[in-house]
Amino acid sequence: MSNRLINWFKYASPQSFYPLAGKLIPWFWALAAVFGIAGLYIGFLVAPIDAQQGEGYRIIFLHVPTSWMSMFIYLVMAFWAGLGLAFNTRLSGMMAQALAPTGALMAFLSLWTGALWGKPMWGTWWVWDARLTSELILLFLYIGFIALQAAIDDPRRADKAGAILALVGVVNIPIIYFSVKWWNTLHQGASVSLTKAPSMAQTMLWGMLLCALACWMYSIAVALMRARSIMLERERHTEWVRALLDPQPAGKE
Amino acid sequence: MYWNSFSDFIAMGTHGPYVWGSFGVMALLMILEPWLIARGRKGLIARLKRQFRAERAERNPMDSRRSRN
Repeated sequence: MSNRLINWFKYASPQSFYPLAGKLIPWFWALAAVFGIAGLYIGFLVAPIDAQQGEGYRIIFLHVPTSWMSMFIYLVMAFWAGLGLAFNTRLSGMMAQALAPTGALMAFLSLWTGALWGKPMWGTWWVWDARLTSELILLFLYIGFIALQAAIDDPRRADKAGAILALVGVVNIPIIYFSVKWWNTLHQGASVSLTKAPSMAQTMLWGMLLCALACWMYSIAVALMRARSIMLERERHTEWVRALLDPQPAGKE
Repeated sequence: MYWNSFSDFIAMGTHGPYVWGSFGVMALLMILEPWLIARGRKGLIARLKRQFRAERAERNPMDSRRSRN
């Protein structure tokens, strides 16, 4: 079993990761709620009006966090998929599979909130501009990954095929991120960047960062929940799943 | 607190439908997703438990009656 190779990392085996994830999920939910309430409070109740965009700018507190998450989840998913491809570990494929639907949700929400922001600000729901188009491609990559995995019966082969798709698709992430620099787009430039001071008021920035943290915690909680179900399903032939769901009285068998 | 009244807050200037349309769909999906996962998990566990019980009954017909409860 390839698991012997990675014994130094105990939680790489589904059997020990399953209960750990179960213990962590409530904490991530609690953190998601705390950050979410704080972020929405600042963003929707405290932050002042934007000089150029009026009240509609408040969509930023939903749009930017979901957009960030849609890209970041893809990177994490591709990382797990690549790890599975390289080391053939069981958990990696399960994690990649658990992340994909949440990533797709984030990409959809990014596009949805973007459209609802675009209409009052630009006068249009949608343009075929570099940023919007590359984000749409990201949504299709997620859907493609899910569909490809669902189409292959053997989970290990599904993992491999999905991993290749996920890794090839990584090229799209820098394209999304830098699209507003590389091309002349309708979409505004980055509000927050690693290289320069943020171009927004302090309260707005805090609201956005708290909402982003809430989206992080939400994504981790949901992905762990889904991963646990995938573990049970895929490992149903193993002793640990049987012992968990159908415990035998001591001394029997 | 930035708002003067609740109706101001709901109106969001003239952008109410856009802001609340974003918020509503996001909130809905973020409730729906974990709910669907939890429901799926319940079904999965029930299915696996049934399967394990049936397999045990096949192996050991005497034992199954007691633990079926």
